[in-house]
Amino acid sequence: MRGQLPHREKREISLNVNGRSVVVCAHPMERLLDVLRRELGLTGTKEGCGEGECGSCSVLLDGTLVNSCLVPILQVAGSEVTTIEGLAGDGRLHALQQAFLECGGAQCGICTPGMILAACQLLRKTPRPNTEEIQEGLSGNLCRCTGYTQILEAVAEAARRSVE
Amino acid sequence: MRAHPAEYELVAPGSLPVVLELLAKEPGTWLPIAGGTDVMVQYAAGKLAARKLVSIWNLPELRSVHATSVEIAIGGGCTYTDLRSNPLVCRNFPLLCSAARWTGGIANQNRGTLGGNIVNASPAADSLPALLVYGAELLLISARGTRRVPYADFHVGYRKTSLAPDELILAICLKPQFSGYYAHARKVAARNAQAISKVCLAALGKLCDGVIEDVRLAMGSVAPVPLRLPATERVLKGQCVDANLIAAAKVAAAAEVRPIDDIRSTARYRAEAAGNLVVEFLERLREGSAAR
Repeated sequence: MRGQLPHREKREISLNVNGRSVVVCAHPMERLLDVLRRELGLTGTKEGCGEGECGSCSVLLDGTLVNSCLVPILQVAGSEVTTIEGLAGDGRLHALQQAFLECGGAQCGICTPGMILAACQLLRKTPRPNTEEIQEGLSGNLCRCTGYTQILEAVAEAARRSVE
Repeated sequence: MRAHPAEYELVAPGSLPVVLELLAKEPGTWLPIAGGTDVMVQYAAGKLAARKLVSIWNLPELRSVHATSVEIAIGGGCTYTDLRSNPLVCRNFPLLCSAARWTGGIANQNRGTLGGNIVNASPAADSLPALLVYGAELLLISARGTRRVPYADFHVGYRKTSLAPDELILAICLKPQFSGYYAHARKVAARNAQAISKVCLAALGKLCDGVIEDVRLAMGSVAPVPLRLPATERVLKGQCVDANLIAAAKVAAAAEVRPIDDIRSTARYRAEAAGNLVVEFLERLREGSAAR
């Protein structure tokens, strides 16, 4: 069956990833997740479930949190994408990354990039979140190691430091 | 089996008239894709029948909330985030805002659209019972023009709708006529975010001197389509809310739903929970009235 279907050409699609303009050559239905990992070598974005349930593949698309497994690359043309690799700057970790390290917010690490990007969107909208708001902000991100407590503490700690 | 992207076409004309023209030229060939929270899941699983897709994500004509003197028209492409952050929508239609907050997590709320939720036509969709109790109308658009249909008639069977192959949902139109009503929404699921309901309820009730002047009940995950409960409403209307009435409504609701056993729950549990949710609503309605 597969042999009978027409194979379509790849297209050039321009986008900005972590502040850098790039042109990728991809089929329009390729998932943003796959383009980031395979074409651009940005393997910090993880694939968990591949169906928008776990949040491991979370990135910021034009400043908005999305599951990159559910976004076809054509819909990203002309947009700005921020992945975990784009958070640290000038050799310094982002406040959230530092807080996750210090609070023990990461164990196996698969969920961590998505957690940090979800927290990033939360703190941009709500700089001083209460516990309930942190829980809601991270409710689309599943962790199977930590039990969440240290993750929630890390976000609260990063918020405290950013406000100070 | 995983989908192979080379076998799919996706175009993004960026303009509503061009999208409608494409749908009209080859009806049934092009599948509209908005935020992809349903379509991309089927695609990734290799279960997407359509091979040609047309992006309707972020088309300005579909992304606005427009108020007139008689109604509020929510663009079919408005996301759950758009809904829950819109004061006009939240003030007039709190049940819709609660449902938007419960759907997926933040990332899915940023991409999932109300129009997509309606067309995807899952009987478990959280936002659809709210549209039933608010008496929504759908404004459909195609290259042939527009037409209005009552939302209550839109779902014609399990995952089947009356949308023509060349049509899109332009707007979901709601009349802000329920300001005097007590609004109650409840979802029963493994957890609130990222979990599909076992049963969910959207309810509106209006009491006058302890008597139910009007009541509107709808549930998700209890039938092949989002279900309004007219028989239970008839039991309640014009009656005084007391223990006997609440007991009768519980029986009526459990009898009126048509649930099935599936991976999330059983028919027996769902019928019992449906009755209990109606009880909870009526108790709150009565308490709220006593407090006033």
